[in-house]
Formats: sequence, structure tokens, C-alpha cells
Amino acid sequence: MVVAGVSTAIVVLSIVMLVPLAPGWEGVKTSFFNGEVFAKTLPKLLKAFLWDVAIFAWSVPLIFALGLAIALARAVRSPALFPLRIFGAAYVDIFRGVPVVLVIYLVGFGVPGLGLPRPWNSPYIWGTVALVLTYSAYIAEVLRGGIESIHASQRAAAICLGLSERDTMRYVILPQAIRRVIPANMNMLVALQKDVALLSFIGPVEILRQAGIFKSLLANFTPYVAAALIFLCVTVPATRYADYLMNRDRNARS
Amino acid sequence: MKPQLIFVTLGAMLLASSVAAQSCADGKTLTEGTLTIATGNPAYYPWVMDDAPESGNGFEAAVAYALAEKMGFAANSVAWTRTSFDQAIQPGTKDFDLNIQQFSITEDRDKIVDFSASYYTAPMAVLVRSADNLEPTMEQLKGLVWGAAASTTGLPMITDTIAPVASTLIYDDNANIVEAMKAGQIDAALFDLPTALYLSAVVLDGGQVLGQFLADEATELDHFGMIMAEGSLLKECVDAALAMMKADGTLGGIEATWLQETTGVPLIK
Repeated sequence: MVVAGVSTAIVVLSIVMLVPLAPGWEGVKTSFFNGEVFAKTLPKLLKAFLWDVAIFAWSVPLIFALGLAIALARAVRSPALFPLRIFGAAYVDIFRGVPVVLVIYLVGFGVPGLGLPRPWNSPYIWGTVALVLTYSAYIAEVLRGGIESIHASQRAAAICLGLSERDTMRYVILPQAIRRVIPANMNMLVALQKDVALLSFIGPVEILRQAGIFKSLLANFTPYVAAALIFLCVTVPATRYADYLMNRDRNARS
Repeated sequence: MKPQLIFVTLGAMLLASSVAAQSCADGKTLTEGTLTIATGNPAYYPWVMDDAPESGNGFEAAVAYALAEKMGFAANSVAWTRTSFDQAIQPGTKDFDLNIQQFSITEDRDKIVDFSASYYTAPMAVLVRSADNLEPTMEQLKGLVWGAAASTTGLPMITDTIAPVASTLIYDDNANIVEAMKAGQIDAALFDLPTALYLSAVVLDGGQVLGQFLADEATELDHFGMIMAEGSLLKECVDAALAMMKADGTLGGIEATWLQETTGVPLIK
């Protein structure tokens, strides 16, 4: 405890003392840590951040619904439904393999370009679709991992009790599988919260874009630092919560 | 028809100005008594009409003749030659006195050649997908959904001057703006006039330039200047003549004729 405290204090102190000695520190301070610019841009950045939160909020249920559907499609055992397994595998391969930004560009500009009328061509709608496509592929893989981690004896026992294939999945496998992958899914949500900012590429003025506009207007990078802090205010508690869930799960199992 | 009118008016002024100005350009041109002006090969609408600068038709052709008159050269003492864009800004001796082909004045170029004072400042213009049912008025502009590139001077102009009702969408570059226009996500975008004309003619199928704003020389970044050899003695004569043309409205008149009426891009009221 004492050793940890002393060594931490030494590291922090040396950073605080040494960094300002760097020859470029004054310049960096005025263009990255400018209090005046920070205060001036923070309200508008917070307002723009509401878009990130809103897009995140309506994306999450869609992502989980589609992710679960894909995971179940990949888990079907009936030979007649084999095409469904192929589809699930192809879906995951494609959308997990293509960078999010590309999916956002292609879906966000491409689909509305087909001639959809307003408001159905909104970049908010198709940007959300792009996020849902990509992230549901990740979530599907996480859920499938959860489903496969349930011991085969569980399935055998359920079938012995007379449950149908469908009920076995619904009442025996899924409840255990989903609980087991909650921490991994929390990780995905933290990543999603940051990737929402990529929607700015197709037009919406959310926090990353708003910070970029301020950067051009004021020739100062402080708005980016402010935006980073706002992101941290959300993602740090979320990450800590994921850690807590992970520990609880580990303790419960041991 | 308009340029002839201008020449008539200029002709009347020639008597007054030539006495003073002729002495300025004396002995400073490549060929004594002749002003050799270069332009692009080919030269394009609306800068030079039909690739024939000798006609005086087109914005830059008209400016060139008006400038020559102010400097004391009659129209038949103007000789035309052609250079490519790159040839003109290469260092070394020149085979022209002046080169006029939409050169933006930049610091880097200014180190290698001499620029005249600016004869044209590219104003902001409104590019729309379709100008049907649209008038170039501020009121109508407010009702459109706007797009802009994040780092341009157009953005403050949209948010402060036009102040549209719907929130403006922001993109990284012009290609994305055009893509969003094709997708129908935005109605209008701001570009400088030459860019807007280019995008509407070449990139955006069916795109139209709805109108142009009055250029503000102080805030716009893109100024066109004529090129002369580095250290050209002629520069002070050209600048003096240009200043005269600005002061007496000649330049504004030529701009209205060739860049507002001919291009069909009216001023936004």
C-alpha cells in the first residue's frame, strides 16, 4: 500500500514537473488546454453530444434484437434450416469484416441515393442502420459464443424432460448464455458509444463534428480535448460497471 | 453587345487617361507599343468566349482590353499569345507582358512570379440540385436544408447570414456534399462561384447555380491576379490601371456582364 502510494506519487509528480519544461509546452497549452475556449465551446459541445446519446439509445435495442436473431440463425441444428446457418455465417463475415466507416459511407449515401423521399433518406436513419448492421454482427458472435459455452448436458437434460428444441433454447440455454456474456456485451456498448461519432462523416453535426467546426473557427484544439472529456464522463463509468459485472460473474462461478 | 458599349464609354475616357498612363508603360513591354497578353490554351467560358480573346468577349478578355485602354494601348495594339497554366508560373523569362487565366494569388506563387492587384474576387454561390420553383432571395434560402464543408468560410456564412430553419449538415469535402445532394439529403450548398459552376456543369447531374452573393474582398480567400515576370516594371502601371477600373466601376460592369448575366447566376437579394 505504502509502496504503491509512493511510486504513484513519484510518477505523477515527475509528469507534472517535467512536461511544462518541454520547449513547446506554452504553445501546446494555449492550443490544447485553453480555459477560455473550453468554457466558450463546452455548452454547444454538450448539446451536440445529446445526438450521440440519442443515436446510441435507439441503436442498442435494434442491435441486440438483430444480433440475437443472427446468433439463433447460426445455432439452428435442423438440416432443413441449413441455409439459415449459411446466411448467419455470411452476415457475420461481411459486416464484422468491413470497417464501420465504410459501412456508414456506403449505406448512408448509397441507400438514400436510390431515390427515397424525405424524411426516409435522412442520414440519421441510414447511419443508424449502418451501425446496427455492423454491431449486430459483433453481438451475434458474442451471443453465439455464450450459447456454445453452455454444456451439452444442459441441452440433453432439457430434452429428457420433454422440452422441445425451441423451448430448450428459450428456457434453458439462452437465459444462462446471455447472463454469461453480459460483460463482453458491455465492452461492445462502450465501443459503440464512441463509434456513434463516425456518423458525422455523412452529415449529422454531433460532438466530433461540432468540435471540428470549433477547431476551424477558433484555430484551437481545445474543443477536441473538451469532447474527449465529455466522452470519458460516459465511457469510464460504463467501463467500471462492466468490470464490476465481470468480477461478480467470476466470483459467482468460483 | 454590352462589351461594345463598354468600349465606347472607355474610348471616351481614353483621351483623358492615355496621356498620363502611356508614359507609365512606355518601354516596359516586350514589344514597344504593343501589350502582349497571354491566356489559357484553350481558354474557357465564361472567362473567354469561344476560345477567341481577340473578340473581347468573356470576362477576362473584356478585362484585358479595358486594362489595355487604361494603360494607353488601343485595342489593335493588344497581341494575344497562349500559355499553359504551369508554363505561366514557371520561373524564368516570359514571352508575355501579362498572363490572365484565373490565377489565384498565393504566397508561394508570388515568390516566383509577380501578381497584379486582384481583378476578381470569387464570391460565394449557391449550388442546388434543381432551381425549379426557387428564387434567389434570402427568404427562400432560409427554407432549404444546407450542407457545407467543415473547414470552409461558407459555414459561418450559412449559420450567420442565411440562418436556415433546418439544421445544417456538415461534410469533410466537396465530393461528400455532392453525394449528399444526389441522395436528396440536402437542398443547397455554398461554394465559391468558379467551383459551383464547375460542380454544376461536370460533377452534379442537373445541378444548377441558383445565385451568387456580393463578394467581400476582405473576407474571401480566393483572389484572381494577372501574372507578370518576377520584378516586372509593368506591375505598377497595371496596378494603377486596375485601381482606376475599380474606382470608376468599369470592372464591376464587366463582372456584371460576363459573370452574372452570361452565366445566368444572379445576385442574391
